[in-house]
Amino acid sequence: MRPVLSRQPPKPKPQYALPCNDQTFINVDKPSYRINETTNMTLTDPLTQQPPPALQCRDLAFRWDAQGPAIRYPDIELPQGEHLFLRGASGSGKSTLLSLICGLSAVQQGQLTLLGQDARQLSRGRFDRLRADRLGVIFQQFNLVPYLSPLANTLLPCRLSARRRQRTAPSAQAEAEALLAALAIPTRHWHRPVTELSVGQQQRVAAARALIGSPALILADEPTSALDRENRDRFIQLLLTQANSRQTSVLLVSHDDTLARNFATQLTLGDCP
Amino acid sequence: MNLRLPLSLALASLWHRRGILTLVTLTLTLSVTLLLGVQYLRSEVRHSFTSAISGTDLIVGARSGQLNLLLYSVFHLGNATNNIHWSSYQTLRDMGTVDWAVPLSLGDSYRGYRVVGTDEGFLKHYRYGNDRPLQLAAGAWFDDVFDVVLGASVARELRHRLDDQVILAHGGGATSFLKHDQTPFRVSGILAPTGTPVDRAVYVSLQGLEAIHTGWEAGVPRPGRTLSADQARQQDLTPQAITAALVGVERKVLTFRLQRRLNEFADEPLSAILPGVALSELWRIMGQFETALLGITGFVVVTSLVGLAAVLLTLQVHRKQEIAILRATGASPTLIALLYILECAALAILACLLAVLLGGLLIAVAGPWLLHHYGLHLQLRPLDVTEWLILACVPLAAVLVGLIPAARAWWRSRTQHFGTTSTE
Repeated sequence: MRPVLSRQPPKPKPQYALPCNDQTFINVDKPSYRINETTNMTLTDPLTQQPPPALQCRDLAFRWDAQGPAIRYPDIELPQGEHLFLRGASGSGKSTLLSLICGLSAVQQGQLTLLGQDARQLSRGRFDRLRADRLGVIFQQFNLVPYLSPLANTLLPCRLSARRRQRTAPSAQAEAEALLAALAIPTRHWHRPVTELSVGQQQRVAAARALIGSPALILADEPTSALDRENRDRFIQLLLTQANSRQTSVLLVSHDDTLARNFATQLTLGDCP
Repeated sequence: MNLRLPLSLALASLWHRRGILTLVTLTLTLSVTLLLGVQYLRSEVRHSFTSAISGTDLIVGARSGQLNLLLYSVFHLGNATNNIHWSSYQTLRDMGTVDWAVPLSLGDSYRGYRVVGTDEGFLKHYRYGNDRPLQLAAGAWFDDVFDVVLGASVARELRHRLDDQVILAHGGGATSFLKHDQTPFRVSGILAPTGTPVDRAVYVSLQGLEAIHTGWEAGVPRPGRTLSADQARQQDLTPQAITAALVGVERKVLTFRLQRRLNEFADEPLSAILPGVALSELWRIMGQFETALLGITGFVVVTSLVGLAAVLLTLQVHRKQEIAILRATGASPTLIALLYILECAALAILACLLAVLLGGLLIAVAGPWLLHHYGLHLQLRPLDVTEWLILACVPLAAVLVGLIPAARAWWRSRTQHFGTTSTE
C-alpha cells in the first residue's frame, strides 16, 4: 500500500488566476495535480493491483439554470487512500461539487469518475447504492438523525448497505462502539438522545458514521465550522487518523485555511461572480 | 425491499414526534371508535330487534299499521289506537285454525316499566331468539288476582325479591300521580333474562288489571266504587277488552288465510300482522337511517385521516435534516417515501387498537345503562367479519392518504442536494 500523507509536505504556494471563458476564475495552487492522461480511469489495473483513484474530475462545470453562469471546477485526481483539502469561500460551489460527487446532482458538463465508475453512466438507483456502499459524508452541521441514538446513527450505513456491514470488524456493533470510543464520545451518551450531545460531539459521531465499514471516500463539507479551534484540530486529527488506518480517502471542503496544514494536497475553488 | 430498516426508522421517528402525533392519533382513535361503535350498535340493535319475538304467527290488534301494532305489542313502545272487545278475542280463540291465542292488555306501568295483563299462555307460548321459551328464574307464574311476575331487568333494577309488595301506577311513564295504592300486588315470580323487551315489563293477570280498574271508568278513581282486594276476589273479573293478542296457527300454511279473515273481521276492525314481516319492515326503515349514520361516521374517519396527512405534511418541513442525512448515507427516495407510508399505517393501526379497547370499555360501561334506559341489550362479543373489514379499511385508507406526503417526499428527495443547512 502506498504511504499516506507523506508525499508532499504542504508548502505555501503562489496562486495564479487562470482566466476562463465564462468570466470565471479558477485558482489552482497545484497545477501539477491535474489529471494524468494515462491513468486507467475505469477499473483496477490487473498488473499492478492498484485500486482506481477515489475521484477524478475533468472539465467539470455546473449551471443551476440554463441562462445562469457556470461554476467551473478545477480538475481533480485523488488516488485511493489519499486526502484532499478543497479551499473555497462561500458561494464558490463547494456544496454543489459535493452534490455532484455523491450523485445527488447529475453531471451536466465534463467528466467525473468516482471509484473507477463514470458518474454519467450511473443511474440514480445505482448511485444511491454506491453512496451507501462506498461513501461517507459529514455535513457542516445537523449531521445526526434526531430520533436515533449516537450508536444507532453510527450504525445507519451498515443498515442501509450489506457491504458496509460486511466490511466492519469484528461486527458492526463492535466497530461502532470502537469508533465512538476512539472519537471520544463518552459511553454514557451512546444510547442517549443525540440532542444531549455538544456540537463537537455531534460532529464526531457524524465522523464515526462516515468511517464505519471503511468506505472508499469520505466527503466532508465544512465539518469544523461550528467548532472552536481546539475542537477543530482534534476533530481533523481523529478523522484523518481513523481514515488512514482504513485506507479511506477524505475530501474535505472548507474556507478555513488553518485546516490546510493537515493535508498533503490542496486545491482552491474559484469564486463565481 | 427489506422492510426492517424503514419500519424501525418509522417507529423511532413516530416516537420522536409523539407529542404532536398523540393528538392526531387521538382524533383518529375517536373517529374509528365512532365508526366501529355505530356498526357494532347496528348489528346489536338488529339482533336485539329481530330476536324479540319468534314462534308467534300473527299479532292481532285494533286496526292500525303493522309497525305501530308491532311496536306497542312487542316492544312496548307507543300506545294502541284502540282495544279489542273481549268477545272478538273469544271468537278469535275459538277459530278452528287457531292453535293458541294469548291476550295482551297494556296501559298501566310500574315505575316506568310497562304492565302487561295476560294469562298463563304467555309463559307457555311466547318464544324469542331461536325459538327459546321463557323461563322463571324464581317463584311461579301468577296464580292469584293480585300476583305479579317481574321481567328480569325490572327485578334487578328495582332489587325486588319474591313476595315483595308492588303498587302499580295508572297510565304510562316513569312518574305517575295516580297509583293503584289500595290494591298492592305480590311478586310471585321473576323471569330469567332474555335480552328482549320481556325483561322490561311486569306481568299480571287480566283479572288483576280488571280489579284495579273497577271504579276507574272515568280515568280517575271514583270514591266508593273501587274494590278492595278481598272484594275483588269475590267478583267476576272477566275483562271488557284487551289490547292485542298473540296467535299461533295450527298449520303454518293457513296463516295467510287466517290473516285475511281477521283483517276482514265483521264485528270490529282488526289488524293481523306477521311479526317476521313487520320486524323486517321495521329494520328496513331503521336500517336506512343507520346506513346513513354509518356513512357519516365513515366521513368522520376520512376527515381525521386527511388531518393526519396534513400534520405529516407540516412535519415534513422539520424533517429536511434527517431526509438529507438519510439520502446522503445512501437511502433511496423510495425508502424515504416508504417512511411516510409506514408512519401513516402505523398510526392507523395504533388508532384501531386503541379504538377497539376504547369501544370495549365504553360498551362495558354503557351497556347496563343502555339496557336500563332503552332496553337495548348490548354485550361484549368478539368482532364479526364486517367489523374486522371496517377495521382493516382504516390502515388501508391511511396508506392511501399517506401517499400524499410520501409522493411529495419522494419527489423532493430526488432533488435533494448535499448538506443540511438549506432553509428553503
